[in-house]
Amino acid sequence: MRNIDSKDVTLAVKALVMDANYFLPEDVLSALKENKKKEKWLLATNTLGMIIENAQIAERDMVPMCQDTGMVVVFVEIGQEVHVENGLLEDAINQGIREGYEEGYLRKSVVSDPLNRKNTGDNTPGVIHYTLVAGDQLKIMVAPKGFGSENMSRLKMLKPSEGLQGVKDFILETVELAGPNACPPMVVGVGIGGTFDKCTLLAKQALMRKLDQYNENPFYRDLEIEMLDKINSLGIGPQGFGGQTTALKVSIEYFPTHIAGLPIAVNINCHATRHKEVVL
Amino acid sequence: MDIKLNTPLTKESIKNLKPGDNVHLTGTIYAARDAAHKKMMELLDKNEELPFDIKGAVIYYVGPSPTKEGEVIGSSGPTTSLRMDAYTPRLLDLGLLGMIGKGRRNDEVKAKIREHGAVYFAAIGGAGALIKKTILSQETVAYEELGPEAIRKLVVKDFPVTVIIDAKGDDLYEIGREEYLNWKHAEDK
Repeated sequence: MRNIDSKDVTLAVKALVMDANYFLPEDVLSALKENKKKEKWLLATNTLGMIIENAQIAERDMVPMCQDTGMVVVFVEIGQEVHVENGLLEDAINQGIREGYEEGYLRKSVVSDPLNRKNTGDNTPGVIHYTLVAGDQLKIMVAPKGFGSENMSRLKMLKPSEGLQGVKDFILETVELAGPNACPPMVVGVGIGGTFDKCTLLAKQALMRKLDQYNENPFYRDLEIEMLDKINSLGIGPQGFGGQTTALKVSIEYFPTHIAGLPIAVNINCHATRHKEVVL
Repeated sequence: MDIKLNTPLTKESIKNLKPGDNVHLTGTIYAARDAAHKKMMELLDKNEELPFDIKGAVIYYVGPSPTKEGEVIGSSGPTTSLRMDAYTPRLLDLGLLGMIGKGRRNDEVKAKIREHGAVYFAAIGGAGALIKKTILSQETVAYEELGPEAIRKLVVKDFPVTVIIDAKGDDLYEIGREEYLNWKHAEDK
């Protein structure tokens, strides 16, 4: 049994939400730079240059890289030996979000009711996913999710007979429909299988992966590479102005599913793919 | 090559802009997004005056993040324009000449842009920190209670934007991609 004080969780989450908004992950910045080198279309090259410059300014000045500082998605891996004391884990996480968004000059973009739409004033609640794992550690990853890209995400319950081609077509169609509205270059998270809800969770988890990593299963790895290539042949380009770099990465997660189903979810992220994690 | 433009815009000053032109805007622009646009429609319905002079004005669809101490404004990248499509034709009829945002506009807005010789610019989505540096001052002119959605008067210098829809109604989101793909296919041969 290992005790973790919920106040330490609050402190950790507070720092994470600020860091996530100021500092673009290294692998994302690298991918932007690599793609800029490969881009031969001038307007696209210049646009990527401005996105890179923006990330550098945000890091240097410790200001949000984008004004949409998002609704916070949190992935928590709790070791079964961990005992959280001094309050509920969920409250501690939301308190961290509250404090981080206030002290970090981050925008409060959450409404308490999707139809009545009154701003909660503190960017809570976060959307928190918990997994129990072996061990005595508590791992927290925060991923502020902006809604320009989130709004372009889609789910479909395919028929199994639509198969691999159905999956490819749906991914491409989703990217096509998103176009400039998702602030390309995009990072595309795909979930295949599971149930209606599991599928979208898989897609969001796919977005947490580092951009230089592939699915361990060679079949899905090949599909990730193929879909990125197909997406970057669409010509949408950075910010939809035209060019090669429409997406930086396609990541796919999959899960067993029902004999009658083939759920697929595509969760779009923009180039401000923000996530930071800590292990307590 | 970057084109320098001052606000307020005139039909003359924008008539030769083409999709894909990089423009540096200097002068006053007005920040307004969903809630403020809805309120402006309510004012117009009651035959009341808008909170700022709309003739030749440029509206920027933005909801900035909070202002850090010692700074002028928070991060200020564009929000998705299509949410303002319902309100825009009426403002274009009243003399609005420029809009800055990101993403597609609907056919009615495009038609109005053509009709009035206006222009729609995109600012780089997600370049909130970069854009913030071009904003010299901000002043809330209406609806303070809306927080990030209030109408703000922004004075900007060399604010970088790209022409998406020009006065003829041509759209970079269509043309840019087509030109790139034509060039690529020729290259690949």
